[in-house]
Amino acid sequence: MISLMINGKAHQYNDDENMPLLWVLRDILKYTGTKYGCGKGLCGACTVHLDGQPIRSCTMPVSAIGSQKITTIEGLATNGEHALQQAWQQLNVPQCGYCQSGQLMSAAALLAQTPKPTEQEIDLAMSGNLCRCGTYNRIKAGIQLAAGMPVTSFNVEALTVDDQTIDKLASDATAKGANS
Amino acid sequence: MSQIKNVSRRGFLKTLGFGSGALVLGVQFSALLPIPKVLAQGLASSTTNASSFKPNVYLTINPDNSVAVVVHRSEMGQGVRTSIPMIVADELEADWQHIQVIQGLGDKKYGSQNTDGSRSIRHFYQPLREAGASARMMLEQAAAKLWQVPVNECNAIKNHVQHSKSDKIVAFGDLVEIASSLAVPDKDALILKHKKDFRFIGKSNVPLVDGKDIVTGNTIFGFDVDLPNMRYAVIARPPVLAGKVKSFNTDKAKKIKGVIDIVQLDDLIEPAVFKPLGGIAVIATNTWAAMQGRDALEIEWQAGEHASYNSQSYKQALAKSCDNPTAILRQKGDVNAALKQANKVISADYYVPQLIHVPMEPPAATAHFHDGSFDIWACTQTPQSAQSTVAQATGIAPEKVNINVTLLGGGFGRKSKPDFVVEAAILSQKLNVPIKVLWTREDEIRNGYYHAVSYQKLSAGLDDANKVTAWKHTEAAPTISATFSKGADTIGFEAGLGLIDMPYDIANVYCGAGKAKAHTRIGWMRSVTNINQAFAVCSFADELAAASKSDSKDYLLSLLGENRHIDINKEQAEYGNYGETLTKFPLDTARFKNVLTKVSNMANWQQSKLGKLANGHALGIAVHRSFVSYVATVVEVSTDAQGKIKLERIYMCVDCGTAVNPERIKSQMEGAAIFGISLAFYGEVSAKNGVIEQGNFDDYPIARMNEVPPIDVQVISSDAPPGGVGEPGVPPIAPAICNAIFAATGKRYRELPLNQYGIV
Repeated sequence: MISLMINGKAHQYNDDENMPLLWVLRDILKYTGTKYGCGKGLCGACTVHLDGQPIRSCTMPVSAIGSQKITTIEGLATNGEHALQQAWQQLNVPQCGYCQSGQLMSAAALLAQTPKPTEQEIDLAMSGNLCRCGTYNRIKAGIQLAAGMPVTSFNVEALTVDDQTIDKLASDATAKGANS
Repeated sequence: MSQIKNVSRRGFLKTLGFGSGALVLGVQFSALLPIPKVLAQGLASSTTNASSFKPNVYLTINPDNSVAVVVHRSEMGQGVRTSIPMIVADELEADWQHIQVIQGLGDKKYGSQNTDGSRSIRHFYQPLREAGASARMMLEQAAAKLWQVPVNECNAIKNHVQHSKSDKIVAFGDLVEIASSLAVPDKDALILKHKKDFRFIGKSNVPLVDGKDIVTGNTIFGFDVDLPNMRYAVIARPPVLAGKVKSFNTDKAKKIKGVIDIVQLDDLIEPAVFKPLGGIAVIATNTWAAMQGRDALEIEWQAGEHASYNSQSYKQALAKSCDNPTAILRQKGDVNAALKQANKVISADYYVPQLIHVPMEPPAATAHFHDGSFDIWACTQTPQSAQSTVAQATGIAPEKVNINVTLLGGGFGRKSKPDFVVEAAILSQKLNVPIKVLWTREDEIRNGYYHAVSYQKLSAGLDDANKVTAWKHTEAAPTISATFSKGADTIGFEAGLGLIDMPYDIANVYCGAGKAKAHTRIGWMRSVTNINQAFAVCSFADELAAASKSDSKDYLLSLLGENRHIDINKEQAEYGNYGETLTKFPLDTARFKNVLTKVSNMANWQQSKLGKLANGHALGIAVHRSFVSYVATVVEVSTDAQGKIKLERIYMCVDCGTAVNPERIKSQMEGAAIFGISLAFYGEVSAKNGVIEQGNFDDYPIARMNEVPPIDVQVISSDAPPGGVGEPGVPPIAPAICNAIFAATGKRYRELPLNQYGIV
């Protein structure tokens, strides 16, 4: 029996202890926000936090977790209010969205450690997260926006998504159930 | 497909979101089982009551003022779940906050749902506008009837109808009952909004419909579907196409904890079409156990004829085949005579290897066979062909195969082949439990539908004023047709994707193709053969500029010649034009020149000398039309002391006609640029004895954040009909990169990928 603390909630696990945390989260405990992309720690889609540190859950046997607290995308904030989640919506960062859980978890760990990262620090922290749709520049811009820094990699003005419109439309749409 | 009928008078069931049959099944299903989230999304919206107003298949207006818009196309990152509702909402005069988005089941009533070929907006802009306008006009009529005033005094605005001669106003929801009793206006009588009155179309102020769910991990992709008692399946497929299982031993696999069942699938008999590849399926209580079980299988394969496929020798065979073209694809004048008479002849060969899609989410499908029917959830680009292929493979009638489309974690063409959906259906039918088939990354790379490897030879004759008088282009590449017709060995429609539609003004032109036998399933990948053909054509044009010691941009403008519409069908070509007429979507040199000029301005091209900038950086340029849209790009590079190339900036200008969702058009261009970088730098899938040699992102890399420069995109504002967006950004990137490297270093790279040269 393995005890896991996920997003502040305790779970008991009683299956193959070599199973990577990714599949325990997804198949056994139904936290499907964490994604499979490669199974070898090459793409970052499965990134979660262990005691705040980003790890690739696809190569981490569940038996190695010990007492470390697990945070998944579902637990990054209670209702999407993390500054990164807000910035992601403000810049319409996602395309297909599949890799974005991992991107956000890597970015959140970066900002927790380095609240005002340089562009090089962003590249370093994020280069393990692949995005086949090609949203990298908006991801970088999202991190800079969330950090309250000037956006260097992306022409935010060219993207004329209007903040007020977004805030209003997004909250309205959510309230009306368009997103759920 | 744009025929609009008022089905709301046909009774209760048919007023509901999905059409009668599907809904009845949905209700029965929900009584049996807890409703999976994807199904709940559909049901929630279809619990509109009998008095909802449903003027057409795309649209339902409910008494509570909500407006349910069916998105019948698959969302894979292109933003279609946002863009389609924008069109409908605009013409309807709906308020965005009242819009609910419903994902349409696979159903022919929507018209084609095959979400590839950059067609969603190109084909449905007009029908969706008509759907919205028709409903708006009926609501205005309903208000006129309610108030007993002339209809021209009633104007829809923001989910209400106002009376222009009084302060009367009524919400859409309160007009539903009257509107449902009215006749649908004739198509000829529809009044579409004027462009200046658009609220959403052409505006960049609409947030992604799925944005919040994505950032909170609350989405359902194909991989995420979960049903009670569901089993997980992974399949050991033959490593060589159409290989067979000679013998197998399951003893070790059965000992893996969680493995429940092991099932042999039928061997594939070519043509492959969308049939499963065969092999051995391991069924387990979770994905990990299924994968462990598969690893423990002992299988002896019988490889078959395609074991002769070796990429090295195949490349030589393609090169040879280019010298023996058996199909004339386009011919004008006498190219051989013109080459003989030329002052200078320039020749070059280009090679682009086999490529694979690698969407971040590999294929996955969940099937539940029960009571003689299938309920299926899949990340498919094509629910209709998934439906028909499952029906064919299982003997179940298509109307008993319900295909729910989840979000797609990328598609790029892979998910328009429903082989993985059929695998899940066959296993569920056989085992009588819900089955989720998951493809690992290795499965996706080793058992895919490949972008065809290609070899191309080009020659051009220049007169003494450096004007091009002859253009000869031959290609050998396996054809997509071989996937559907075994033995097909010559490219056909593929030539219309960047080879025969070469737009330069040249008196003598010859395009031809040699034979090439297919040894893998040849498929289509984002922008298809435009990738290799634009690479050759746009690189070669730059070589001609260099041979003439001319500025590349000026040279391209002169090659394009006078503003004109080109009809290559008059030159012995059969040009598909992406399924469009040349009247509606001409091959228009003015539009080529416009994007070329604009992108040059964005990049300050005029400050360069033969591509070189004062700061040591260099520029490369390319322009290409595909999916009836025009994209020009400039790539800026620098080199370091070790000869490594760094991408400094990418500029793109796109003319896709009417720009419905400019913000998503920009994002598609940004993504296309990075897709192009990946294939230019790293793209190569090779085979040895018929077996694919790559398997994951370590040996099939794609671009990472640190390799990607800022990308500036300009979207042309145009009244031309909307063209494609998802694909046209890809083709000009690789040639523009290589043209920039040439400007920087004087070295011309004609074979991709670039990582073989140690420069990236």
